[in-house]
Amino acid sequence: MRFTRLKLSYSIQEHILMIVSMDLELKDIPGQLVQALIPLSKFGANIMSVIHHHDERTPRGNIPVQVVFQLTNGKLNDIIDSLEEVGVRIVSVDKKHLYEEITVILIGHILHSDLGDTIDQIDKTGFAEVVNLSLSMPGIDEPSSASLVINAVGSQELQEALGILKRVAREKNLLVIEPIEKDYPQVYK
Amino acid sequence: MKPMRLSIIGFGAVGQGVARALINKLDKLKKSGIDLNVVAISDSHGSCVNPEGIDLEAALQRKVETGSVATSKTSSIEVIKDVEHELMIDVTPTNIDDGEPGLTYILEAFNRGRHVVTSNKGPLALKYRVLCDEAKKNGVRFRFEASVGGAMPILNLAKDALAGNRIIGIEGILNGTCNYILSRMFEEGLAYKHVLGEAQELGIAETDPTYDVEGIDTACKLVILANSIFGMDVTYDDVEITGITKITAEALMLAGAEGMVIKLIGEVRDGDDAILRVAPRLVPKSHPLVVGGTLNVALLKTDMAGPISVTGRGAGSMETASAILSDVIAIYKSSS
Repeated sequence: MRFTRLKLSYSIQEHILMIVSMDLELKDIPGQLVQALIPLSKFGANIMSVIHHHDERTPRGNIPVQVVFQLTNGKLNDIIDSLEEVGVRIVSVDKKHLYEEITVILIGHILHSDLGDTIDQIDKTGFAEVVNLSLSMPGIDEPSSASLVINAVGSQELQEALGILKRVAREKNLLVIEPIEKDYPQVYK
Repeated sequence: MKPMRLSIIGFGAVGQGVARALINKLDKLKKSGIDLNVVAISDSHGSCVNPEGIDLEAALQRKVETGSVATSKTSSIEVIKDVEHELMIDVTPTNIDDGEPGLTYILEAFNRGRHVVTSNKGPLALKYRVLCDEAKKNGVRFRFEASVGGAMPILNLAKDALAGNRIIGIEGILNGTCNYILSRMFEEGLAYKHVLGEAQELGIAETDPTYDVEGIDTACKLVILANSIFGMDVTYDDVEITGITKITAEALMLAGAEGMVIKLIGEVRDGDDAILRVAPRLVPKSHPLVVGGTLNVALLKTDMAGPISVTGRGAGSMETASAILSDVIAIYKSSS
């Protein structure tokens, strides 16, 4: 049995939700915190948390500040430049991309029904992509099995991508095995 | 304490299970104020009738020795029409094409003013609304806990124990044969055909396994859930069905690598995004829906109680008899 695991390259799309955590140093003079937060709001960041360590001092005698914010427009570099312009010292930046992810299994003649096309149908949406594929081909005439990991920018987009995959699979006579519902529906809305 | 006279229509594995359960329980039930008396049993060859009460041991013995419970040619429909009794237990085999003969038996019992308890999915999956309307019209009770999930209480759980809750959706493994096959394929890395053969040898799968492995049985049970718990008006034809025959050992292995297993899941959901679907699905290994062997499981999503899961044996003559007996007792209590 041949067993192939492919890690597909993928590009990070600009509108994917990003969670950024920054450690900043502010001078111990009034108005510094506001100065530091202006660039964030200017570039559309959604601030989730600000911790202002009044009582602590860095070796340089500055006040350490941690901010965490969401960004959906990819303008992190603009924010960094802008902070530096106003004299805020950035100690570290930690960013994490958030995607909606789903794993599905395909069974059938996956390779001979143009696997490249199947993946392309998802990738060309621009909002979703196949990021991982494991393929198992037990024999020439036997059906293959594959697990596919699809990422999308949001849950609605993910459902749309899944819809595309199911349509393509139907055309190619492939069986798609989807995961069960992840979450319980929200009640008491 | 008024005795309730019963007929058992159909005397296969389930019918015999009911007889055995009654032999074991009649005395205890009587002590707790429930007086049941079987006055007729029929199978495809004929029937035995005794207005004073049938000797159930002798009936079981006769079935083993002669292949039939019959002591006369009186047919099932004649028993339902002519033998005086209050409650008919329909345990005839499921027929998904036209629901017969169970459908005719049940309607006739209603017509004669008899309560009905059934384990037969065919009539329920095809004519649920008609049956409920007829029962109501004739002022009799109609219960069918045994038709879904065998011993596992699900209909009565949703309707009685969880009364007041809105049931948002139900997902479940409702066919033990499929669960056995997929569990074994996953655990041993064996091919579908191999495990099917093994299941047939063990008597877990029928010689013609179509009804189970193509998801038909699960779909029937889903229709019963949809109609009785969600108040839908759907039939077997409304269910989107995918069976397990195409599942490969490799697919299960790939799922396992992602921390998941593949299970044949029946899913029903109400509202704007209504779903009525039977399909193999990926389920995280630690999920409450992951049960092994021939077990059945259901997860009810409710608005107040949150998720409730119930698991149990989905088949077997004594297990099914347990569900039937609980329905009989419920009717006895409500009508005495």
